[in-house]
Amino acid sequence: MLTLDEVKKLGSLARIELSSEELEQMQKDLSAILDYVEELKSVDVSGLEVLSQVTGLVNVQRQDEPKLCDFRDDIFANAPEMKDGYYKVKAIL
Amino acid sequence: MFEYLELSELRNLLDTKQISSVELTKYFLHRIKSLDEKYNSFVTVTEDVALAQAAQADEFLASPGENPALCGIPYAAKDLFCTKGVRTTASSKILDNYVPPYDATVITKLKEQKSVLLGKTNLDQFAHGSSTETSAYGPSKNPWDTSRIPGGSSGGSTAALAAGLCPWALATETGGSIRLPASLCGVSGWKPTYGRVSRYGCIAMASSLDSMGAVAYSVKDLIILANVLSGQDPKDSTTGHKTANFTVNSDIKGLRIGIPREYFIEGMEAGVKAKIEEAIKEMEKLGAVIKEVSVPHTRYGSLVYAIVCPAEIASNLSRYDGIRYGLSSKEAKSLYEVYAKTRDAGFGDEAKRRILTGTYVLSAGYYDAYYKRAQKIRRLLVNEFEEVFKEVDVLAAPSSPNVAVAIGEAASNPLFGYIADQLNIPSSLAGLPAVSVPCGFAAPSDGGSTHMPVGLQFMGPQWGEQAVFNAGLAYQSVTDWHKQRPKA
Amino acid sequence: MDEVKDGYKPVIGLEIHVQLKTKSKMFGPAPMGEAEEANVNIDEIVTGEPGVLPVVNKEAVRLGVMAGLALNCTIPEFSKFDRKHYFYPDLPKGYQISQYDEPIAQKGYVNVTMPDGRIKRVGITRAHLEEDAGKNVHPEGLPYSLVDYNRAGAPLLEIVTDPDLETAEEARLFLEELQRIVRYVGASDADMEKGSMRCEPNISVRKPGEEGLPKYKVEVKNINSFRFAEAAINYEIPRQIEILEQGGMPKQVTMGWNEKESVTVEQRSKEEANDYRYFPDPDLPVLQFTPEYLDDLRSRMPELPAAKRVRFAEEYGLKPADIDTLINSKTLTYYFEDVVSELREWQTSDDAAKKLDIQKLISKAANWCLQDFSAALNSANLKDPYESRVSPENFAELIVMIENGTISGSAAKTVFKVMFEKGGEPDNIMQDLGLAQVSDEGAIEAIIDQVLAENAKAVADYKAGAEKSFGFLVGQTMKALKGQGNPGKVNELLRKKLL
Repeated sequence: MLTLDEVKKLGSLARIELSSEELEQMQKDLSAILDYVEELKSVDVSGLEVLSQVTGLVNVQRQDEPKLCDFRDDIFANAPEMKDGYYKVKAIL
Repeated sequence: MFEYLELSELRNLLDTKQISSVELTKYFLHRIKSLDEKYNSFVTVTEDVALAQAAQADEFLASPGENPALCGIPYAAKDLFCTKGVRTTASSKILDNYVPPYDATVITKLKEQKSVLLGKTNLDQFAHGSSTETSAYGPSKNPWDTSRIPGGSSGGSTAALAAGLCPWALATETGGSIRLPASLCGVSGWKPTYGRVSRYGCIAMASSLDSMGAVAYSVKDLIILANVLSGQDPKDSTTGHKTANFTVNSDIKGLRIGIPREYFIEGMEAGVKAKIEEAIKEMEKLGAVIKEVSVPHTRYGSLVYAIVCPAEIASNLSRYDGIRYGLSSKEAKSLYEVYAKTRDAGFGDEAKRRILTGTYVLSAGYYDAYYKRAQKIRRLLVNEFEEVFKEVDVLAAPSSPNVAVAIGEAASNPLFGYIADQLNIPSSLAGLPAVSVPCGFAAPSDGGSTHMPVGLQFMGPQWGEQAVFNAGLAYQSVTDWHKQRPKA
Repeated sequence: MDEVKDGYKPVIGLEIHVQLKTKSKMFGPAPMGEAEEANVNIDEIVTGEPGVLPVVNKEAVRLGVMAGLALNCTIPEFSKFDRKHYFYPDLPKGYQISQYDEPIAQKGYVNVTMPDGRIKRVGITRAHLEEDAGKNVHPEGLPYSLVDYNRAGAPLLEIVTDPDLETAEEARLFLEELQRIVRYVGASDADMEKGSMRCEPNISVRKPGEEGLPKYKVEVKNINSFRFAEAAINYEIPRQIEILEQGGMPKQVTMGWNEKESVTVEQRSKEEANDYRYFPDPDLPVLQFTPEYLDDLRSRMPELPAAKRVRFAEEYGLKPADIDTLINSKTLTYYFEDVVSELREWQTSDDAAKKLDIQKLISKAANWCLQDFSAALNSANLKDPYESRVSPENFAELIVMIENGTISGSAAKTVFKVMFEKGGEPDNIMQDLGLAQVSDEGAIEAIIDQVLAENAKAVADYKAGAEKSFGFLVGQTMKALKGQGNPGKVNELLRKKLL
């Protein structure tokens, strides 16, 4: 069972504010999921290499050819707030 | 009149000028407008875009020369595919107002075909789920019984298709999201080999698993779609250099079909089991060689997935921060709050659950025990599939252990998806291709009176689409389950 | 630099980011290069729009591996990209694509020549490829920050040294050598002022008698010149010693260099827990380096500064200080060597040049390369000497003309200026400007005779012992020769006449 503090820490690491009800619900749900996967610990994994991709591809690369984007305004159109061509955010420091 | 027609029939109507693309488009737009209230299968209907594209298609059709396979034919796209200038939400609040500045590669391909986009279909939020109930825009309803789920996450696409609101639809699968809803809605679905179809421009769920495919009324249609949608994409490094020139071949004499015993799990509905067994007998009659086989670690698939998938989700959803696009909290008083409040308000429970799970399994001290171990067991599964495909050409199994459950069932169980998709997840983890085809109807175990569709899936080895298409075609050549329609 | 207190031993390692010299970004086609406005060099990949995917820039990989080889690193057969997660407005995707446990280069070293000629070997722990973040701008006194993604996604090579450095001077000399190396292989402009080279020293101090690495280290950021790197280290060492002296241990923190006050200031860490949750990026297939690929790169490896330093001393007998300056520019060394071979040509083909000392010619050529030529290149904003109008052949001819007295040093400067601005052969230019030096003894003697006759008083004064009258007579002679008399000859002949 995860502690509430652990769930809180995860929320902060993942930048999700969780209400106290949410914290408790997530504590239950996450613990259920961790219980569910617990059985994986019994599988013998000796000699097995990690598999993070199934394609078997190597060296997929592109040529170094620059291309100017002609729809920057469409990108900016989605911005919550801009100023002088910059994205505007709450003060960082 | 035009609903439920297969692609070849629509092609013929358009090519012989019996109908124009604009007329066809208006017909489907009208159906959506008048019927979708019942199904909630669309998040956005793109009437203006559709009519403009249809007019362009008609111009093209009027000019001499051969027409592309999908020219003038309307379709719907799961609202996970970025469409330039057309709102794309992933059925989430955080992208409620997002208008992509670019097109997904498959959308570009369909534009080149002069296809007509009718609208964007509903899904589980960010494709997290197996019922469409996690959508921020409400669940879609199963046209066979609107009190039941259509399955998910591509449930909007399959519901729209089953209700005759579009001739075919784009769908995506990460761990069952095409096969499950296709099965529950009684339509045919193609889950491609990972890397067969470009992921570029499709909002990422779990990048090492996401496969972009389609749902349609027949395997014959799926083959037409596969030939259009497949291909290496310079913008997606994980697409393979494989040419896709799939042919229509329903001769399966001598085809070795494996029946993996682990797929006939305890708790499987009796009606489903009976239908699958009947279907296997059909295949045998067609000349296939049926063989019981084993993929021993099958049942660990969902457990591996329950770690790998949230890990990649947590990472992929980090970009939704309220700074460049999407929802941005107005109440935030600091930069930290911009992140935390935006993401709290913008993500639903299931997304949060997966983000937190993923954050946990990747965090310092837990990575080896969870993520690394899971990826090793994933290797084990891949190895076992490789072994089994030395013995047989395709595997046949149910797409779901049960027919569609009632809306509301899933919400109470955080493990719902992992269990519902336990028969789809293992092959997804290995990146294998599959088709799901309707194979009859069965009574739901909750006592519901309407018999609901059952789905049979054929899985093939990596890049082995042709064999699964052949199996599906053969089955549909002697059955008409795929031609059954729900009552309007 | 400050003397380190008895027994305390600084332990310094460096993390250096160099921006790789590509035309497009690390994982997408958005252009590199300077932009006058914010958010110009962006596209959907740079801003991390939903659904975009990265594709590796082949040239960035090649440059990274070239640099790795030049740093004497091992290049593994396989290398992969990982995602490093943290939230910051300048990081569009919420993660940076970097390399965690399988970097493209590992375990190398750089030999640094110290001012006393001693060679200091600095270990390279690793070098890895990654994408840069954007830039946050903080308007003073305002409650918001501004974000510019022009730099986001730029290809970087992060180079990490072993903690082998002990003084700020060593660190600076290492950085200078590293800068030369990455420039030589063409990997980067490595310009600290422009941010294409950035350095973060990790500084700690070992207490007297202590073995191994200290249990803490202080990282300093915001350093944009070699001088500041040196100053920051020299500031940190006594600060840390003072804490250690009092029995404490400096906090393991990230500091920023405050340029105005010349102090380091503690910065808030950007991810409180520093839990970056690395995992292999599923969007990017692994890199594989075949022996053929590596052999091909090795065969294109230019002579590196360390080797050049030794060879220039042996082959050309140049002074160490001159070599140090010369090798700062790879193309200038190529140019210099072209001039040298032209000088050797002259010597074999030209009778007058045969008598000249080749060693003197080479030294003169080196001086001209380092002084007049470099200055001219700088003011014309030319990086490549081959882009100037002065060919190595004409350059060599001018050097020969100076050495054999055809032209005076000061006239040569005028001729050189014309060569640089308009091109042409020095001989022709000298004739056109009438700057030929008069070395003909008969002609000089005739003028001297005339000057002596007109200045009887000065002659008398000189003979009475007034040495300065000799200078006056030289001046009068040169004036009569319109400044073009060979000064050596004028002196020699005047003395003879006055005997």
